[in-house]
Amino acid sequence: MRKLNGIHLRHSKNTAGCKTEVMELPNEVIIPMNMNMGAHSIPIVKPGDHVDVGQKIGDTDKFLSAPVHSSVSGTVKAITEIRAMNGVCQAIKIETDGQQTVSEDVAPPEIKDRESFIKALRESGLTGLGGAGFPTHIKSNSKTPIDTLVINAAECEPHITSDHRQMVEAPDDVIGGIKLVLKYLDIPKAVIGIENNKPDAIAILNEKTASEPDISVKVLPSVYPQGAEKVLIYNITGRMVMERQLPSDQGVIVMNVSTVAYINTYITTGMPLCERRITVDGDTIKKPCNLLVKIGTPVSKILDYAECDKDRVKKLIMGGPMMGMCAYEEDTVVGKSNNAVLAFEKIAEKVQTNCIRCGRCISVCPMDLMPTDIEKAYQRRDIEALKKLKVTLCMNCGCCTYACPAGRSLAEVNQLAKGIIPRN
Amino acid sequence: MTTQKIMLCVIISLMPALVMSGVIFGLRALMLIATCISGSILFEGVCRIIMKREQTISDLSAAVTGILLAFNLPVTLPLWMALVGCFVAIVIVKQLFGGLGQNFANPAIVARIVLMVSFTADMTKWAVPQYWHEGGSEIVTGATPLVTKDASWIDLLTGFTGGCLGETCAIALIAGGIFLIVMRIISPVTPIAFIGTAAILSFIWGISNGDMSFALEHTGYQVLSGGLLLGAFFMATDYVTTPITAKGKLIFGIGCGLITFLIRQFGSYPEGVSFSILLMNIVTPYIDRFTMKKPVGGLKEEKAK
Repeated sequence: MRKLNGIHLRHSKNTAGCKTEVMELPNEVIIPMNMNMGAHSIPIVKPGDHVDVGQKIGDTDKFLSAPVHSSVSGTVKAITEIRAMNGVCQAIKIETDGQQTVSEDVAPPEIKDRESFIKALRESGLTGLGGAGFPTHIKSNSKTPIDTLVINAAECEPHITSDHRQMVEAPDDVIGGIKLVLKYLDIPKAVIGIENNKPDAIAILNEKTASEPDISVKVLPSVYPQGAEKVLIYNITGRMVMERQLPSDQGVIVMNVSTVAYINTYITTGMPLCERRITVDGDTIKKPCNLLVKIGTPVSKILDYAECDKDRVKKLIMGGPMMGMCAYEEDTVVGKSNNAVLAFEKIAEKVQTNCIRCGRCISVCPMDLMPTDIEKAYQRRDIEALKKLKVTLCMNCGCCTYACPAGRSLAEVNQLAKGIIPRN
Repeated sequence: MTTQKIMLCVIISLMPALVMSGVIFGLRALMLIATCISGSILFEGVCRIIMKREQTISDLSAAVTGILLAFNLPVTLPLWMALVGCFVAIVIVKQLFGGLGQNFANPAIVARIVLMVSFTADMTKWAVPQYWHEGGSEIVTGATPLVTKDASWIDLLTGFTGGCLGETCAIALIAGGIFLIVMRIISPVTPIAFIGTAAILSFIWGISNGDMSFALEHTGYQVLSGGLLLGAFFMATDYVTTPITAKGKLIFGIGCGLITFLIRQFGSYPEGVSFSILLMNIVTPYIDRFTMKKPVGGLKEEKAK
């Protein structure tokens, strides 16, 4: 088995020891309708309606969707359009009443079999909490037989520690969630893949899984992008998810560690996904922390809580520094798949020069792509060459851009190049 | 890492050889180096202004070209000829093709070859090391040990033999090369393949033309004298003009070693390093095409009908 390429990053896990704090209720939340990969939800409440915590406020019957629930109790002020991280979408603005009265719909679901389990997953509104936001009920409903559940606890991005805190603070939810998934999806074994820079979490998981013969912990080297789905599957099972394949085609399902922990929470309490743990860090943040925030909380409130010097912020990133998205404005809100808010003043500004063909981008690409050749093919809009260079295999990990001494935006060009290849 | 830092590392790695060229060939050597550096930077700057492109002299690549060109010149070369070399390297080979990263051949190599063909007599005058001890006002010249084989092993290693400015001191060149490998600026594949191929072929040639001791001595001369070490560590590892993958670098290095051996043993020039690198520069796009990386998890492309 060969080793996939990657890069060694400074971990900067400044908040690894910070116990999760519960942020006070914001006076208003704005809940986007596009928090999952796939179809947007459609609001099912109207301005003036009273909503309770856990009440369903948006849904659609389209494929690849997940319902949206209110994270607070209060009054719907408006249905607006916002510029969220992944595009313009509808959003529901709710003024909180501070009571946090729980909706009467919230009750532990009745689970009898695989079908009712998957139905419950959909009703929970759960989408991948690691970043991509893939609806969990779709992933779980694989037609091909699955022999391994891979739990992604790598958390390979610098700064982010929300999964880490999940494992340290609530390991029983993690184990409980894994057991539920194994039981109802009829998967024989689970492997938790975790980077070796989290020794405390590894110790806890080892202790908790000692009496679980079906669950094992695999400690992986801290090489970015260890937590990328294909990389993780390969490093744990030795199987490569080929072009145009899904992990399930290789008999594997990957779930993020916080996602699987939430499954346990939902099955026991019936409370839909209304809040999540995020890491707040960056050189403008005086009080780096891990926070439990309501979905739809404005980022500006979070920055205030963490005592951010907002005037100094040059770059506001939702997610990690490698794969996160830059926020356009501090009015952005926390969605289901945001695991961090990073506010930086000092940003690496490389001078862009011509490509000097040093080959660093090629030697760091985990997929063995040739980013410099892809860039040249893109510049001449050579679709045949781009297909041959397999640009569609790029998972946008950003190693090439990071490694490039000429300061070229190679990962970005890969995404643009994917866009000009016609789909068939 | 930035382009500028990479170039700075290359300059640092060339410093031991630069100092030794001063020790061995005197002040005039340093003057020649200074002329080549300033000439290269000047041509680069003027070119960018005339072409109305952004200024690039701060990336230090022109300085590197200047040093490498000077290292390939004999100490007695008139300064104006060195400037002609700078013009060829920077203006014709580099900037006319679009500047850094766009040239297909190594600028310093082409400049050396142009000077070699144009001013053969001046380019093959090898000064005796520390000629100022020999007395008289004229610089005393001799032949390259690649041909005469009269240098001792110590002289070959420390560089006290005839030859171009920067190519004689094996120890300084190897130290610089190791520095670049340790700093991960260059891949060890090219120099090992290049020097290894040349050494093995020379040894085989030696064995078939004499006994074991002759073969060993012949191999030693082939590796340590002439421009082999300078070429293998600093010119055949130029990013721009050599293959980009490790497999490609291996083929490139072996090709350079083979051509160097053939020219030295059977050609009419005593030295073949420059030509071998230039020839391999030319086939680099083809090597690149045949050594493309196979993406992980990629499916074979169905043949279009």
